[in-house]
Amino acid sequence: MTVIATESLSKRFPRVTALDRLSVDVGPGVTGLVGANGAGKSTLIKILLGLSPATEGRAEVLGLDVASKGGAIRERVGYMPEHDCLPPDVSATEFVVHMARMAGLPPTAARERTADTLRHVGLYEERYRPIGGYSTGMKQRVKLAQALVHDPQLVFLDEPTNGLDPVGRDEMLGLIRRVHTDFGISVLVTSHLLGELERTCDHVVIIDGGKLLRSSSTRDFTQTTTTLAIEVTDTDEHPDGTRAVRDALHARGVTTHDGSELPGAGHILLLTAEGERTYDLVRDVVADLGLGLVRMEQRRHHIAEVFKDGEEQRKEAVGHGG
Amino acid sequence: MAVEQPTAREAEQTRIHNIGYRSYDGPRLGRAYARRSLYSQSLRGAYGLGRSVKSKVLPMLLFVVMCVPALIMVAVAVATKAKELPIEYTRYAIIMQAVIGLYVASQAPQSVSRDLRFKTVPLYFSRPIETVDYVRAKYAALASAMFILTAAPLLVLYVGALLAKLDFGHQTKGFAEAVVSVALLSLLFSGISLVAAAATPRRGFGIAAVIAVLTISYGAVSTLQAIAHVHSGDTSVLVWMGLFSPITLIDGVQTAFLGASSSFPGAQGPSAAQGVVYLLVVLGLIAGSYGLLVRRYRKAGL
Ligand SMILES: Nc1ncnc2c1ncn2[C@@H]1O[C@H](COP(=O)(O)OP(=O)(O)O)[C@@H](O)[C@H]1O
Ligand SMILES: [Mg+2]
Repeated sequence: MTVIATESLSKRFPRVTALDRLSVDVGPGVTGLVGANGAGKSTLIKILLGLSPATEGRAEVLGLDVASKGGAIRERVGYMPEHDCLPPDVSATEFVVHMARMAGLPPTAARERTADTLRHVGLYEERYRPIGGYSTGMKQRVKLAQALVHDPQLVFLDEPTNGLDPVGRDEMLGLIRRVHTDFGISVLVTSHLLGELERTCDHVVIIDGGKLLRSSSTRDFTQTTTTLAIEVTDTDEHPDGTRAVRDALHARGVTTHDGSELPGAGHILLLTAEGERTYDLVRDVVADLGLGLVRMEQRRHHIAEVFKDGEEQRKEAVGHGG
Repeated sequence: MAVEQPTAREAEQTRIHNIGYRSYDGPRLGRAYARRSLYSQSLRGAYGLGRSVKSKVLPMLLFVVMCVPALIMVAVAVATKAKELPIEYTRYAIIMQAVIGLYVASQAPQSVSRDLRFKTVPLYFSRPIETVDYVRAKYAALASAMFILTAAPLLVLYVGALLAKLDFGHQTKGFAEAVVSVALLSLLFSGISLVAAAATPRRGFGIAAVIAVLTISYGAVSTLQAIAHVHSGDTSVLVWMGLFSPITLIDGVQTAFLGASSSFPGAQGPSAAQGVVYLLVVLGLIAGSYGLLVRRYRKAGL
């Protein structure tokens, strides 16, 4: 089942191309849309809401065409904007009830769902106080609540962790996870921070300059790309132990790369682990050389590195092109 | 603390978890319902209902100020067994224009600028409701609030006139004509004020902008009309000047078509032919205000 599908979707403003022939399919679950500022994330959301026409290409949300079925899409989705959108002089309850009615909920249902939703996002007694006095974290929760109050099938959350401290960020990410697991609502969440979405999302789409860099399941790259970091001692026989291990591994057909970009280490070797076999091999090689194994640890392959790889490829591509 | 915090947060998480999410299978009433809801909420808001006590004071006070002279007139008419009310129905709004102006200047900005200033507008338009629904609801709400403000004292006068046993046919005709006139006035003043307010999202500036549009135009027009009245024998110049301020427009329309006597200098209002121009200008301004508002919110939406 596809929740969002775009096909060669472009959006050109007079001076900038915000989206450049973007083709991507998004399934149910939590999907992260990652990209630097200006990458085109918010522009994509506006097009998917049917509020901004694409320059070319097409897009579907929940099987509905954004160009012709905007109204039907907006009945079924929720939207949390990246910017402030809350009036300071009304309470969270009043505000969310009003927004529920604007989404078509009858008065009684609007009140009941508001009480439920505010509780689910973790607002209790404070919901009767004017929003002006809330912390950033509480305001973000109100913004999330108004996007969920009408029980949509899909929500667009534009930079929901913006402006939050690390604790608030973790809480918001946990909440977003639950929007899918507990509420059964699919989520498209954007961030300009690569690291923070990998725990939360089932799938990550990375865009840059309006172009698709990568779209893959987070399980995919954490499973297939576990990296081993190895550090060994030097001996008289092998004054450069790291090099000796690398050469020995190369001789057995295992490629490595150095970890010099890691903090505090010119002596770290990185290699891709392929199960138990790799561990045994490393242990044997190190033992054969008579070296001491200072550390051998698994490093999760972070999205940041995937992104960096992608960016390098892109730079290369640009370099070749130019 | 480093040990306690996670525990507390875990407890919080379980607490949230245990409530259980209920999905919503009830009716979704769509655009028309959302528009009606926005209309009634905005109309109530124009009298401070559903808002803070502080926001009720001014609109309620102005409503009372608007009705008190009518009550006094009625009391006098009943007590003195007069044959006529002290003023024509159609004159009432003209006399009370300062109160009407103050009301619309205070309520138009609170009705529209808040959503613009706090950037709430995109939340509406990410829902089934659309720009035209929003503008219609807001426009209709303020016009209705203005109609309540301007028609209530007319009703007081009318009921009083009937209690004083004044001529039923004559009173009913006068009342009905004035009601049509204030309905037009409500639409015209609301439209112009909403455009001025939506162009200036800061509330204080919005109030100032509305007052400026209403009073400066009236001040200029009435001054020029007075000068023209003294220095020129040509009444048509004076009449055409009346096209340039909202209240003189209403005065002209009701003089031409609604049996009112003109409050222009020398009581020289527009003829029926000139009145057609007045009416077209009024209708044009109402339609134009609506169009400008739709454009303004198209731009503000996301
Ligand atoms: N309404 C607009 N007019 C002109 N340029 C725009 C408009 N909206 C966005 N842009 C441009 O499009 C690009 C993508 O913007 P945006 O989608 O907001 O990026 P992101 O949300 O990823 O930070 C940026 O260069 C931005 O300046
Ligand atoms: Mg953005």
